[in-house]
Amino acid sequence: MSENGIGKPVKRREDRRFLTGRGRYTDDLRMENQAYAAFVRSPHAHARVSGIDAAAALEQEGVIRVLTGPELVADGIGNIITGWAITSKDGAPMKVGDWSALATDRVRYVGDAVAVVIAETRQGARNAAELVEVSYEELPAVARGDRALQPGAPQLHDVAPGNLVFDWEIGDAAATDAALAAAATVVELSLENNRLAPNAMEPRSAVAVHDPAEDHYTLYTTSQNPHVARLVLSAFYQVAPEHKLRVVAPDVGGGFGSKIYIYPEEITCLWAAMKTGRSVKWTSERNEAFMTDAHGRDHVTTARMGFDEGGRITGFKVETIANLGAYCSLFATATPTYLYATLLSGQYDIPAIHANVKAAYSNTVPVDAYRGAGRPEATYLVERMMTTAARQMGMEEAELRRRNFIQSFPHQTPVIMCYDAGDFPGNLDKAMAAADVAGFPARRAEAAARGMLRGLGYSCYIEACGIAPSKAVGALGAGVGLWESAEMRVNPVGTIEILTGSHSHGQGHETTFAQIVADRFGVPIESISILHGDTDKVQFGMGTYGSRSGAVGMSAIVRAMDKVEAKVRRIAAHLLDGAPEDIVIEDGQARLPGTNRSLAWHEIGLAAYTAHDLPEGMEPGLKETAFYDPVNFTFPAGTYICEVEVDPQTGVVRIVQFTAADDFGTVINPMIVEGQVHGGVAQGIGQALLEQVVYDEAGQLLTGSYMDYCMPRADDVPFYTITHNATVCPGNPLGMKGCGEAGAIGSPPAVINAVTDAIGTNDLSMPATPMKVWQALAGARAPAAAE
Amino acid sequence: MTEVNLTVNGRRVRRDVPDAMLLVEFLREELRLTGTHVGCDTSQCGACLVHLDGRAVKSCATLAAQASGGTVVTIEGIAGDELHPMQKAFNDHHGLQCGYCTPGMVMSGIDMVKRYRAAGRELTEAAIRAELEGNICRCTGYHNIVRSIRAAAAEM
Repeated sequence: MSENGIGKPVKRREDRRFLTGRGRYTDDLRMENQAYAAFVRSPHAHARVSGIDAAAALEQEGVIRVLTGPELVADGIGNIITGWAITSKDGAPMKVGDWSALATDRVRYVGDAVAVVIAETRQGARNAAELVEVSYEELPAVARGDRALQPGAPQLHDVAPGNLVFDWEIGDAAATDAALAAAATVVELSLENNRLAPNAMEPRSAVAVHDPAEDHYTLYTTSQNPHVARLVLSAFYQVAPEHKLRVVAPDVGGGFGSKIYIYPEEITCLWAAMKTGRSVKWTSERNEAFMTDAHGRDHVTTARMGFDEGGRITGFKVETIANLGAYCSLFATATPTYLYATLLSGQYDIPAIHANVKAAYSNTVPVDAYRGAGRPEATYLVERMMTTAARQMGMEEAELRRRNFIQSFPHQTPVIMCYDAGDFPGNLDKAMAAADVAGFPARRAEAAARGMLRGLGYSCYIEACGIAPSKAVGALGAGVGLWESAEMRVNPVGTIEILTGSHSHGQGHETTFAQIVADRFGVPIESISILHGDTDKVQFGMGTYGSRSGAVGMSAIVRAMDKVEAKVRRIAAHLLDGAPEDIVIEDGQARLPGTNRSLAWHEIGLAAYTAHDLPEGMEPGLKETAFYDPVNFTFPAGTYICEVEVDPQTGVVRIVQFTAADDFGTVINPMIVEGQVHGGVAQGIGQALLEQVVYDEAGQLLTGSYMDYCMPRADDVPFYTITHNATVCPGNPLGMKGCGEAGAIGSPPAVINAVTDAIGTNDLSMPATPMKVWQALAGARAPAAAE
Repeated sequence: MTEVNLTVNGRRVRRDVPDAMLLVEFLREELRLTGTHVGCDTSQCGACLVHLDGRAVKSCATLAAQASGGTVVTIEGIAGDELHPMQKAFNDHHGLQCGYCTPGMVMSGIDMVKRYRAAGRELTEAAIRAELEGNICRCTGYHNIVRSIRAAAAEM
């Protein structure tokens, strides 16, 4: 095996430019003739726009143009779309309200864009935006999803009476009700999954260039999927036809889902570039990011789980209200349905499941997929339920989980998914050993002697990744296929370029994708380039989200390598006077065993391009393209164990140990995979203890900066203990499952289960701030005091 | 407009800039040193951290005019032909993912190692974590950043 091959912790090839300040992010770019955009945003959660007076702004020196919604509509720029059609349980289609990139007559959340100022300088544009006078007639607002669905709530969209986007169900209601009615024990749980702001450290940015000579547009933008951006900008927003639009996502500083979507600002910059004849740049400020980047989570759920006398689950019934915010963002409708309720079986053999999800409009930032996207919400519910049930039934929680684990594969759940492989008891064993669960009672006693409350929490998560088989998701309402493309170019000198539709914004694709090529052909990793993020270079692709770049993106590369290898075999067989099937390709050469004849990799490339002596009928060149469509989702799974200490005097929670045992299938680069888990776990710890987007009753955003929204800092998190327990995924050529989201999916219930274990009460919501923990402790103490 | 004179990464520069121009804007827009980043607007994320007269400062909270006469070192100015030990440690220990917070992390790491050494104090794991209070990373969970700084401290 090559030293840079599969399974090796190869140091990242992309690091050097980032470490020396030579990364090339969107805001680093400067175009000829560049002007700057600043948006005029609604300060109200809900209002009619009765007039816009831009006179004072236009008088400012350096202001080029002020553009508004009615002009955008008049120019034929289409409404922002949502990409997944959900059908309500009564058969009605979902109700999608119009969303214009610039509001025309009504604003529906604080931050909704009303107008844009184009000016010579960034500061000039911002100052002028302050001078645009918008006349608003305020309307009543509602910020919570559950309240939005109540009678009498303020109404957001005429097309959606009662603010109901859809009322969807999955599973067998009658069977589940019967199972619960017959259960020996029924455990009930109500909880909320807190609204989060993704907070990629690089704020969103766009630079739009219009070339009037060719009527051609280029958009440089902070995108996780530039190809989909081009498709949507072209086909739906009518900015320009695809062959007249290039989208480039250069270095992108984190995404976590928030950079999947095509937002009003990118659309407006492209349109404004055409209107003004200038290149137009916009870069979000952090406070702008809090009120425009799609938020994540925001579920309110009640659930009941039934058990027989032996502690085996008999049924699971779930009612969830998902707050989608003011408009339906691109994946917003898929996230609380097919990415959420299809994972409600967790790692457990549950005979009957029924889930009902109502999606609500509210006067808040649109909510969409954020690291995990639906699967963290499912995991949080299932794993808090399991811990609650164990406590209620007086069982060891590891034993309760073990008793219900799915043990044979494939396993068809009652909620669509068919799990293909896994070793759930093995994951649990590995995590318990690594976390030294056996030594926990002694550690708890030692902490108690110091006046501290120590707790241990489990989470056995499963997720569906490798998104996704196109035919299957098409049948469920997806507007696109979810394959991936790859192209392998072998140059005449033997160097290799891999063009991929995946996009790296921190995942290290320039290293890991090169590893699988080096591994396959034994060529030096230095001779391999990975190209991505430019629609002029890569033909098409679906981008990076849903932990899909390994299982889907790398599978496409494998398919392209298969085709290249087949041609290399034929060329080598011809030149070495052998049969193609006898050729051995390794160590960067093709050789014919049993002879001393071989061709170096560059000789093969040269032969393919000089074409002086190729097999009869063979086309010159050595370049192959593959489109890979997965046969199934993949199912990464694992066990996380969190150990905390709570200071009962202050309610402060300290995470003293966090242990992961993950099954990601084949691991290409363990260093990078562990890094993905570290980051995901920190985000999950953030959700569990620190983070929450807060709106007041009037829909004002109270957490609009890092002064108010608590991001995890280095001293909020521990060193993590990461272990692997791989079962190979049978569904793709490398056996990969995906690792990007697991940390964020699995960790919140582990943390909360640990805290509730420490404080002895199950009634605790995220984020478990010191005040909440202290109050929970006070509440737990109060009945004892009254006795 | 204000005249600003600075030595940046060993090079003397002079510009007439708006009075309110921030040091980070001066570096990024006037000098095109785009390795110094802006990640927030409340001086908390530390992506803009540079060294001014040997001290770590947030260049988003410093006026260019305030810095005038001073010596600035940015991420572009710490490596010679070889990477600085802090840069190398971040590569060795996978201390970066998307790279956006990285320049600030590296500059913060160098600063804390120097300060602790000058004060004769040990830069423990807990100290590194506490010192990183003003640097936010969303990708790494800090695990490998702390390891990187600890490793670099042994090499510097």
